[in-house]
Amino acid sequence: MKIGAIAGITFKEAKRDRILYLLFFFAAVGIVASRVLAVLTVGDRIKIIKDVGLASISIFGVLMAILIGTGLVYKEIDKKTIYTLLSKPLHRAEFILGKFLGLVLTLFVMTAAMTVIFLAIVYAHTLKVEAGLLVAVVYIFLELVLITAVAILFSSFSTPILSSLFALGFYLIGHLSWGLELILKKMQPGTGRSMVRALFMILPDLENFNFRTEVVHGLPIPPGIPLSAFFYGVCYTAFILGLAVLIFRRRDFI
Amino acid sequence: MADAIKIENLKKSFRLGFIPKTREILKGISFSVKEGEIFGYLGPNGAGKTTTIKCLLGLIFPDAGTIEIFGQPHLSTRARQALGFLPENPYFYDYLTASEFLAFYADLFGLPRDEKEKRIARLLKLVGLERAADLPLRKYSRGMLQRAGLAQALINDPKLVVLDEPLGGMDPLGRKEIRDIIVRFKDEGKTVFFTSHILQDIEMICDRVAIIVGGRIVKEGGLRDLVSEKVLFTEVTVSGLPPQTFAGLGESVSARGDRVFLKVYDEARVDEIVGLIHDRKGRLISLSPRTETLEDIFVDTVTRT
Repeated sequence: MKIGAIAGITFKEAKRDRILYLLFFFAAVGIVASRVLAVLTVGDRIKIIKDVGLASISIFGVLMAILIGTGLVYKEIDKKTIYTLLSKPLHRAEFILGKFLGLVLTLFVMTAAMTVIFLAIVYAHTLKVEAGLLVAVVYIFLELVLITAVAILFSSFSTPILSSLFALGFYLIGHLSWGLELILKKMQPGTGRSMVRALFMILPDLENFNFRTEVVHGLPIPPGIPLSAFFYGVCYTAFILGLAVLIFRRRDFI
Repeated sequence: MADAIKIENLKKSFRLGFIPKTREILKGISFSVKEGEIFGYLGPNGAGKTTTIKCLLGLIFPDAGTIEIFGQPHLSTRARQALGFLPENPYFYDYLTASEFLAFYADLFGLPRDEKEKRIARLLKLVGLERAADLPLRKYSRGMLQRAGLAQALINDPKLVVLDEPLGGMDPLGRKEIRDIIVRFKDEGKTVFFTSHILQDIEMICDRVAIIVGGRIVKEGGLRDLVSEKVLFTEVTVSGLPPQTFAGLGESVSARGDRVFLKVYDEARVDEIVGLIHDRKGRLISLSPRTETLEDIFVDTVTRT
């Protein structure tokens, strides 16, 4: 109930943010422009439409999660609204979870709206509703949920600008960390290899959520992979949120 | 009577600055607020008033000491259920209307829908915002926001109301209304703990006060015990007589136009002056004995500390 109230107010606040609509506009332009891009391309045009469309949903969704998520907790502290909230019988963990769920709800609505535009563009080209594309969208959304948790974690102790940079760093590292796996395969056993392995284990691997290639090219998705990616996402999100709560619980609001 | 608030040996320091330097804000303060009383918490800027309130509300964690609210640890849910708080310069979600804003806070207490609606209507009436209930808070004046904040503090019908500068920024009429509301709380059996820079207001409505200076409580007690009824001096205004008439009678004699103003510390001399005015056919305009005020106590305490 309390978490729901915080989530509700967060949703109301987030949907008033102009940046959300600006990013949505650019995402829509990106999705629609994929059709123009396809016309200029030699080869399978529908693949270009699907690829650019999914990439737009992913990139603009991540920007929404970071730019709105990093300001949410900070704004409450900066404007001192948190004073009245925390004087009520509301645990700090409930506050963090409410903020998280409110933003996740906002992103769900936005992702759904972008997906509708995307499916409409695909339908205009193929005259088919391609439900299979939703697999990629679901995992993009799962990635957004994790990025939201990361944005809230940084927002709980840092300013929006720094938090945005940290969260963006997390996103970039998350998409490049698979390179460490390649390096590991080529390294000789020893201290260096152990260190790289440890780094690989700690760093996020956001490529786990990337099913775009398989969906766009109609490749089979190995069984078990979506399920393990789902658990990876849930566990990593829970871990990050736990960390945010841990930091937030002991924080003094001067 | 039980203690609504009991603070013992509360200490808090902050590490501030680029090269962190520890600054001790609360240096072991202790005081208690009895159930059902209006308690004024005074101190100059930077004395530690807001830090004390933040500790009480669980916004910051004390380095040492204990805080109890109605005998419960201050961070316990039961203590929070009994508490209502209005911060200084309240900022709220300005896109909400007053009704939505109060409904949100009611949800934090898990009030059932019927009870929630009844309570919101009653509170809007209490703070005089019934007609502005459907306006977004961003269209409110400062005084209206303060009233909305007060309504928010009362949404759970708390036994203890903590108000940080509730009268700041209000016009005289608004101040009187808020003062009346605070007095009504007492009649309803609520305990009120509040800070204010406007000492006359504190003097008017508080039962007891504590004065904090430099992170230490330097005075605590009943208002009647602290402020004596003793006359400090008497101000006499006379017309129709030259100032020289009163030479050597008052500690300070000044004249403006036809009027002479005297400040007399010795009460026995007041009768003498009144007799003189009568004999010389002058006119006594006013005679006002000035008793000690809370402001005198406050200024004296702060200056000496």
